[in-house]
Amino acid sequence: MNKIAEIFTSLDYGPAPESADVALAWLAAHDNTFGHFINGAWTKPGKTFASENPANGKVLAQVTDGTAADVDAAVKAARAAFKPWAALSGYQRGKYLYAIARLIQKHSRLFAVLETMDNGKPIRESRDVDIPLVARHFYHHAGWAQHLEREFPEHVPYGVCGQIIPWNFPLLMLAWKIAPALAAGNTVVLKPAEFTSLTALLFAEICDKAHLPKGVVNIVTGEGDTGAAITGHPDIDKIAFTGSTEVGKIIRRATAGTGKGISLELGGKSPYIVFDDADIDSAIEGLVDAIWFNQGQVCCAGSRLLVQESIEERFLEKLKKRMSTLRVGDPLDKAVDIGALVAPVQVERVRDLVKKGVAEGGQLYEPDIDVPGGGCFIKPTLITNVSTANTVANEEIFGPVLVEMSFRTPEEAVALANNTRYGLAATIWTENVNLALDIAPKLKAGVVWINSTNNFDAAVGFGGYKESGFGREGGREGMAFYLKAKWEKELKPFVAAAAKSGKSANPLDDAGGIDQTAKMYIAGKQARPDSGYSRPVHGPSGALVGEVGDGNRKDIRNAVEAARAALGWATTSAHNRAQILYFLAENLEYRADEFAARLRAQTGEDGAAEVAASVERLFAFAGWADKYDGAVHNPPQRMVATAMVEALGAMAILAPPSRPLLGSIALIAPALAMGNTVVLVPSDRSPLSMTDFYQVLETSDVPSGVLNIVTGESKVLAKTLAEHDGIDAIWFAGDAETSAMVEKASAGNVKQTWTSRGLYYDLSDKAKFEGDYFLRRATQVKNVWIPYGA
Amino acid sequence: MELRVVDPAAAKPAKSKPIEAPASSHRRNPGFPLDLDWVERVRMNRSALERRAATLPARRTVKKDWQAAWLLKAITLMDLTTLNSDDTPGRVERLCAKARHPVRQDIIDGLGVADLEVKPAAVCVYHSFVKTAVDALKGTGINVAAVSTAFPHGLAPLSTRLAEIEASVADGANEIDIVIERGMVLRGDWQALYDEVRAMRKACGDAHIKTILGTGELATQTNVAKASLVCMLAGADFIKTSTGKEKVNANLQTSLSMVRMIRWFHEETGIEVGYKPAGGIATAKLSLDYMALIKEELGTHWLQPHLFRFGASSLLTDIERQLEHTLTGHYAADYRMPMV
Repeated sequence: MNKIAEIFTSLDYGPAPESADVALAWLAAHDNTFGHFINGAWTKPGKTFASENPANGKVLAQVTDGTAADVDAAVKAARAAFKPWAALSGYQRGKYLYAIARLIQKHSRLFAVLETMDNGKPIRESRDVDIPLVARHFYHHAGWAQHLEREFPEHVPYGVCGQIIPWNFPLLMLAWKIAPALAAGNTVVLKPAEFTSLTALLFAEICDKAHLPKGVVNIVTGEGDTGAAITGHPDIDKIAFTGSTEVGKIIRRATAGTGKGISLELGGKSPYIVFDDADIDSAIEGLVDAIWFNQGQVCCAGSRLLVQESIEERFLEKLKKRMSTLRVGDPLDKAVDIGALVAPVQVERVRDLVKKGVAEGGQLYEPDIDVPGGGCFIKPTLITNVSTANTVANEEIFGPVLVEMSFRTPEEAVALANNTRYGLAATIWTENVNLALDIAPKLKAGVVWINSTNNFDAAVGFGGYKESGFGREGGREGMAFYLKAKWEKELKPFVAAAAKSGKSANPLDDAGGIDQTAKMYIAGKQARPDSGYSRPVHGPSGALVGEVGDGNRKDIRNAVEAARAALGWATTSAHNRAQILYFLAENLEYRADEFAARLRAQTGEDGAAEVAASVERLFAFAGWADKYDGAVHNPPQRMVATAMVEALGAMAILAPPSRPLLGSIALIAPALAMGNTVVLVPSDRSPLSMTDFYQVLETSDVPSGVLNIVTGESKVLAKTLAEHDGIDAIWFAGDAETSAMVEKASAGNVKQTWTSRGLYYDLSDKAKFEGDYFLRRATQVKNVWIPYGA
Repeated sequence: MELRVVDPAAAKPAKSKPIEAPASSHRRNPGFPLDLDWVERVRMNRSALERRAATLPARRTVKKDWQAAWLLKAITLMDLTTLNSDDTPGRVERLCAKARHPVRQDIIDGLGVADLEVKPAAVCVYHSFVKTAVDALKGTGINVAAVSTAFPHGLAPLSTRLAEIEASVADGANEIDIVIERGMVLRGDWQALYDEVRAMRKACGDAHIKTILGTGELATQTNVAKASLVCMLAGADFIKTSTGKEKVNANLQTSLSMVRMIRWFHEETGIEVGYKPAGGIATAKLSLDYMALIKEELGTHWLQPHLFRFGASSLLTDIERQLEHTLTGHYAADYRMPMV
């Protein structure tokens, strides 16, 4: 039978290959071997490793495994390029970014084909998703470069940024890293992932074509050791990393105490919630974009399906049918939905996890569809009958594997959605706007998509909560992570007045008065220290001026529990929080003389000024509570993305040794104003002002647990707090050594940190600290994408 | 969902065999009671539909021999249409002649597909030309469809509209494309819509009924989907998008709303209802996109003339050009194809 006549009956799709010729010619022009791109030139290839096409195992090119010396050369080039680059006007830098955007568009198909060959993702995705977003990112940031001074006054670039990116969206992640860094005036050393270096190398050529000054962008290829050389390099000012949570934690520890800026975009196990009033067919189609996009190798993949019980059966039946029409095959075929995973090791990893899921009782479904032999192909996979205790419900699989659970009520949906260490993204399907906008703020995730999924845009920040990391990429919120307050670069070391321990005077010797017991303050109650020990508090002359409880890890445990129980503080209205902070200010002022006297006793200085400054600071942040809010972004689709400013959660704040009252107030006021609950360790040298303060709390309607005060040795308590998984962020004002310890220990659950690193932050400086400096650090931005259309 | 068959007799195969024999297993839609609870459960999210509609043509494509085969198939799914106020018997005869020889013989021979006997499924005309078309198509197996019920607005008295159907059937039309009253949808008067379509279905007798929704005038995708369901419950053999006279005609996102309702209807009742997009489908590429949409959402099975039709006129010439291009490798010009 005639072939056409045969197809006339079968109506099969047939092959629709995209040609690889131009990409292969480009590789051949480089002799299929690459060095690094350093200081605007190619280095001679060193020891190389192969970059393979995962769809067929063929070697595409040899790529140099960067050494510490290579990284050093790149950092030197970036350092030399930094000053002149940062000194260019925003307009001038913007023009370079614009040129890069244009050049990427001009060579878009070459980039797309090369990306698909190197990574295994379908050409449709690299052509229609990745590369257009790359160009969009450079366009968008060309604008930021020009408007930087106006929009971020008194801010400066970090300097040299070390950037390490993953293999799942090689060029897109490069764009997310390089565009904002360059717009802000930084120079970069970027390492692409070892599996997927090629488009980064092509990008280097684009930089050259755009006449980007030498050394502004340096590309060093390599594996983990090369990355470690970057994160450990002493002359790098900021590290930006996208990749696994595991490696993110290593980087957090490696950079602890170095003063390097750091942003981490890590893993996820993002919930995909379908309510019974959703457009079910569209929700199923959404899943295709959620978990079978890029073979499921997406950090924000909707990999945990949560379906309302009332529609579960029908939903799963429809889902299985939909899975059977997915086409797995040659990534260069234009009519393929699912290509190849990036490397054999990933295939093994995914298969192992699926096996584990089945062994633990999960029910496996794979559609009866063709999959090419050879190459890193895996069928779209669904595991049902999964419960929260199963491995596959918790671990990021990073493959085309969806796990499903059901829920009964919106409340249960939220609880299940948040029952994870991660917090990158979440998806909600419902036709009820009230329900959608009720759920979105309750999800602990940096990105929430309503009735859509995997939306990305340069104008909208992307990044995680919890162990999905911190920092944002895209939009105004993303720009902020490549800039630093100018004064922060000029800080001097803090010289502490030596603590004197004079003779122990018996407070009872003091004429008159009843013995006072300064307790801790936990869950709205005064609490005695668990240890039963007290610490002496000395005045400036060394005289004993009082005693406070010597807090230990159990006191911290209790305080953190109280703080977590009070997390509802974040959902009380900003106006309410403002009122309570105003009331605190009012009541503190009412007792100003008493607090001033206590300050004098502890520091020997006239305390009146510090009390007045503290009252003013409370007043200031009461005023901020309902004003430091979000934005509405305008992505190119018919949607709005509301950038909501949310609290971090339960914070640990360790106040500086100096300024017993203001030192604490300056830190807790912004934290409380933004809705965080706090475990405060006041100055360990002079804690009595803050133990007095709980009486002010008790008269000011502060809900119990919102502010908890534990006295004790700062550095000991700092460790317990930094290691505590119930603490979402930690601020430590004090010496460099403890700061480093705090940063290192914070890696356990990827806390956000602020430390003073032994530098002198003059917290009485209103210009610096009465504004957004701490507000920004007390909050995180959640972008909620809301498509509309009748 | 439990559904009761309204008219068990109608569920049996039609007595007089249609000229284009559908798959032998095909059961005509007998109609079902109006289920308003079901209608109220319909949800369509426009943005999500648009996303699917926008990406689907980028997800599926056919090339070379596959493209030729699909395009030949597209011809067999065509209601070759002329619906102009200045139509004359001469114009309709020319259309019918083109229907008898839709593709130049040298192209058919060159592709080696003479055995497929590729012909459009039907010719679609106003009532006045039904007889002309029936005569012109005698012995070809090509159906004659008549637009009816005060096409395109549908606002004549119901008795007039029913009489119009009966007249066309009497003249030999075996497919009737009726228009619904859009106002009933906008008012949510599903009972009235159901009753009218039910009456029209009855008036059609053995002729198959295609219900034109006028989707461009129904305001929302949810309205389109609900109207689709009500028409199917009332016994529609096909649901059709447009008259071709609205400002917005067939498009992929509206098609998704409709074919997903067809799918749901099939899941609940076991009845396969046909889909006919019409208006503005003028290019071979676009016809392939529609076919891919049907294949993806309803399955390859649905790509048969008794379940899927294009309402089209200029589409045929573009397909013919593409077929010549497949054959020769040269781009073709429309003036070299016998005009429709």
